[in-house]
Amino acid sequence: MKILVTVKRVSDPEAKLKIKPDGSWIQTEGVKFVVNPFDEIAVEEALRIKEKHTGEVVVVSVGDKVVTEQIRAALAMGADRGIFVNYTGAYDSFDIATILQKIVEQEKPDIIILGKQAVDDDMGAAGYMLAELLGYPQAAFASKVEISDDKKKAKVTREIDGGLEVKEVELPCVITADLRLNTPRYASLPNIMKAKQKPIKEFTVDALGVTVKPHLIVKKLTEPPKRKGGVKVESVQELVNKLKNEAKVI
Amino acid sequence: MGNIVIICEQKNGELVKQSLSAVKAGIDTAKATSSKSFLLLIGNGLDKAKESASHLGADGVLVVEDAALASYTAEAYAIAAAEVIKSQQANLVLATTSAFSKDLLPRLAAKLRAGMVSDILSIKTDAGKISGFTRAMWAGSVVADVEVNADIIVATVRGTAFPHAVKVDTSSQIIPVSVKIDPGTLKSKSLEIIEHKSSRPQLTDASIVVSGGRGLKGPEGFKTIEQLADLLGAAIGASRAAVDAGWVPNDLQVGQTGKIVAPNLYIAVGISGAIQHLAGMKDSKTIVAINKDPDAPIFQVADYGLVADFAKAVPELIEEIKKVK
Repeated sequence: MKILVTVKRVSDPEAKLKIKPDGSWIQTEGVKFVVNPFDEIAVEEALRIKEKHTGEVVVVSVGDKVVTEQIRAALAMGADRGIFVNYTGAYDSFDIATILQKIVEQEKPDIIILGKQAVDDDMGAAGYMLAELLGYPQAAFASKVEISDDKKKAKVTREIDGGLEVKEVELPCVITADLRLNTPRYASLPNIMKAKQKPIKEFTVDALGVTVKPHLIVKKLTEPPKRKGGVKVESVQELVNKLKNEAKVI
Repeated sequence: MGNIVIICEQKNGELVKQSLSAVKAGIDTAKATSSKSFLLLIGNGLDKAKESASHLGADGVLVVEDAALASYTAEAYAIAAAEVIKSQQANLVLATTSAFSKDLLPRLAAKLRAGMVSDILSIKTDAGKISGFTRAMWAGSVVADVEVNADIIVATVRGTAFPHAVKVDTSSQIIPVSVKIDPGTLKSKSLEIIEHKSSRPQLTDASIVVSGGRGLKGPEGFKTIEQLADLLGAAIGASRAAVDAGWVPNDLQVGQTGKIVAPNLYIAVGISGAIQHLAGMKDSKTIVAINKDPDAPIFQVADYGLVADFAKAVPELIEEIKKVK
């Protein structure tokens, strides 16, 4: 089976972020960048499917040359080869879906796995847009993926409001990874070394025949109003007294 | 300006309460832009949902009922919604952020070649036109002013950022729309819904939420805070750590990648307060934190902090609340 998996380069979720003085974006100097945690889960799932059913895992990322670091990180986890789409301008989820559509048309994977959202823009849209553009079924927020013996279908358990749904999708399909799908492996040192030799094919958006034209434009970033911490109470009695008489919430 | 279509979520034929936030956002935006607002219901056997939807003050309730739509799939619902939206010449499509809309709306947006914006906090209008939106990014550490340049805009609406539409005496016209869905072409089907049954209020509807985290040390710890929740008529929430550990079901996770809540009272027990968790609850009116680590970041947002071991403090709290209730 061929599995295509996407990785986005995002600022470390633990990093303390500052907005640029002109509000145009966040300050990126000194900020560590990592693979979007949901994409790491997607890579892990792709590797597990490959280990069980044999095949190939291809990892793709879009952006500046630096995103090859995140492709290498996925290769070090065990992915077989990379695709780097070199594009440095602004884009939105639909642009990414359009670029990925072209990659899928070339690669013809059986399964495409993406993180359910990127933890920087929190949009959570590209995977489902891609599924629609390809006319593929989608299984969002996966917490368990089982491929049928004939490799024609996937049974996916999805995290939904109020519980779980088991959805059956025909292959090829798009799956988005939720937190409980798996725990991503660490790349071992030998695998990190090996990853340096693995091929990464580079494309420009022009070569793919895509015109990037974002609908969504971020105009300005501001800090949300800060919530002020209140008081520490000394006892449960004091807490209940304050909740009843001051906050009037019980 | 064209029409506004608000996709309402229904569960077992009943309108999901969370949808009322998007309804309110849509109706208000219709007024500000001199356009019309239509609610859209998709499914089968929708009599109850139609009745509720018809009393919310919209200009009409569009209903697609079909046996092929009896159980939800993004594939089938996107086809139905796209047909209706095209025939209505809508240029704004809204739904309250939920597992349903996060699955459906991006697919729908791509089908319509629309511009998509997720989890908006506000809709800005200027001279009778939509001029932009605000939305949170980076786990709520940033608020972004965004513009969407497209003939159709599809947006999910953060439930806690908009009040609920309230019941009105007038009734909106019910407009049945027939859409052909060929189940043979869908390539997907819902096999089973495994419901996490609970007699407590829904996390996103509750006026009080009691949440537990890693500090509760296990499912037994949750039993303790469940007693507190039941005394207060509260919903139970959890941090990611507690859900990952399997102590509570997944849909109780509060935070950036789980549910966003803003109840009157949020009691965080044994939760350290990572930014990803704060993103899901920091708009609560009153926040109480109980944690034995005095340096836990949760205390920086809590109105009332109690440095204590939950195993001792929560039973005491239950007794004290019983005294004053």
